[in-house]
Amino acid sequence: MNNLWGDSLSGFWSAWVIVITLGTIVFCWWLLFANRKTDKQPNADGNVETTGHSADGIDEFDNPLPRWWFMLFIGTIVFAVGYLLLYPGLGNFKGVLGWTQEGQWEEEIAYAQQQYAPIFDQYGEIPVPELAQDGQAMQVAERIFLNNCAVCHGSNAQGGYGFPNLTDNDWLYGGAPQDIIATITNGRNGLMPSWQQLGGTNLRNVANYVVSLSGAEHDAELAKEGEAIFDSACVACHGLDATGNQALGAPNLTDATWLYRQPGQETLDAVLETLRNGRNGHMPSQIAYIGENKVHLVAAYVYSLSN
Amino acid sequence: MRHEIVEKNVGLLSILILVVISFAAMVEIVPLFFAKETTQPVDGLEPLSALELEGRDIYIREGCVGCHSQMIRPFRAETERYGHYSVAGEFVYDHPFLWGSKRTGPDLARVGGRYSDAWHRAHLYNPRDVVPESKMPAYPWLFENTLTGEHTADKMRALQSLGVPYTREQIEGAAVAVRGKQEITALVAYLQQLGTVLKDTR
Repeated sequence: MNNLWGDSLSGFWSAWVIVITLGTIVFCWWLLFANRKTDKQPNADGNVETTGHSADGIDEFDNPLPRWWFMLFIGTIVFAVGYLLLYPGLGNFKGVLGWTQEGQWEEEIAYAQQQYAPIFDQYGEIPVPELAQDGQAMQVAERIFLNNCAVCHGSNAQGGYGFPNLTDNDWLYGGAPQDIIATITNGRNGLMPSWQQLGGTNLRNVANYVVSLSGAEHDAELAKEGEAIFDSACVACHGLDATGNQALGAPNLTDATWLYRQPGQETLDAVLETLRNGRNGHMPSQIAYIGENKVHLVAAYVYSLSN
Repeated sequence: MRHEIVEKNVGLLSILILVVISFAAMVEIVPLFFAKETTQPVDGLEPLSALELEGRDIYIREGCVGCHSQMIRPFRAETERYGHYSVAGEFVYDHPFLWGSKRTGPDLARVGGRYSDAWHRAHLYNPRDVVPESKMPAYPWLFENTLTGEHTADKMRALQSLGVPYTREQIEGAAVAVRGKQEITALVAYLQQLGTVLKDTR
């Protein structure tokens, strides 16, 4: 990320900042000293001179500022000059220390890298199944999961409506270590088209057939009708035996796991809704957020949830 | 005792106070109107589309800015969580700025692409459906209200007069682009583009 920040003030505006800033400091200095009073001695009557201001008969003495107070003013001016010499503040002048906020950020990052990178490098070399047995590694991984994955998959990793349960060993895209890593790294786009064009009767029939595969409540007559439609329209993705295709992310329809069934919804209704409207499951790629080693680590965590 | 003149003359006192406090503005604010890093858009920055613009206005209407900032500061703790720190050039087309100043919820400067559209819809309908611990209010009416697009073109013309480079085609097509769309669709479109102009913004 170069050139996002730069000395982009033109010469005029740089000079403008410098002149006004220094001018103000000089003015404050002048104001302090030009108005400085020295101790007044009592006059012949033994009274100290007053400013002539009088409020309800109370006169204001014309005394100087207490010395410590005056020195505080001087102190602020000295601080300002010192600060402007060391840090950026005067137009395009960078300050003697060369401090920048992105420089400070880079130092923080470099320090963290030095501290933590070796730990994650070490985890990166351990195969996923073995890493999943490492209690300490899994504690670290759980933090990464909670910060990045739990927002959709839940802090217990059991997912929700439209967000897969990661604890049940039922996989849309495969549960082998390399499959999990690929999913986290690149994200996934699941696409089930809408079958609205089949018409209401056909949809009802095929829905009954689909839920019959997992033994859910259905109408056997309609299911029988639906089988033929399933065999022509659905097998391309879900397979002849309806057990799905992990290369496409097409779910297994013969088990009782339903990604798109609202709590309390009849399975048949949920399947009908999916058939009518289609589905677009999208898992965003995580590689840019957590990097390769942490993907490896969190993949081991996900693996450990069901193995 | 000439300061008595100032002390007893409120008009003069007000003017002199204004002069004094304007020095900081002249040094800290005015030069930024002319600095490259605050006036030049970063490479690839595009004005919000008609739909995204309507989404932004819903973001403003619902007061999202009260709890969500859009400004990632250059500290590791923030860049680890949210992505690359924000730079001035990303906000050149923003009128008004929606940087916010309070984080009851997380920063949203780079929320674009982080979650799926389906997640945003579920979350805005009822945040606790996806994040049980959330205390964010639910916005179910965004699913009922639809956009008319009546004022979209006017809004774009107003922004154009402030220097946002909308083309004539964009303005003419604005009403058609948003008419009949759900408010939630517009808001999600707005959220999904936030902070995506800088690449490699882990």
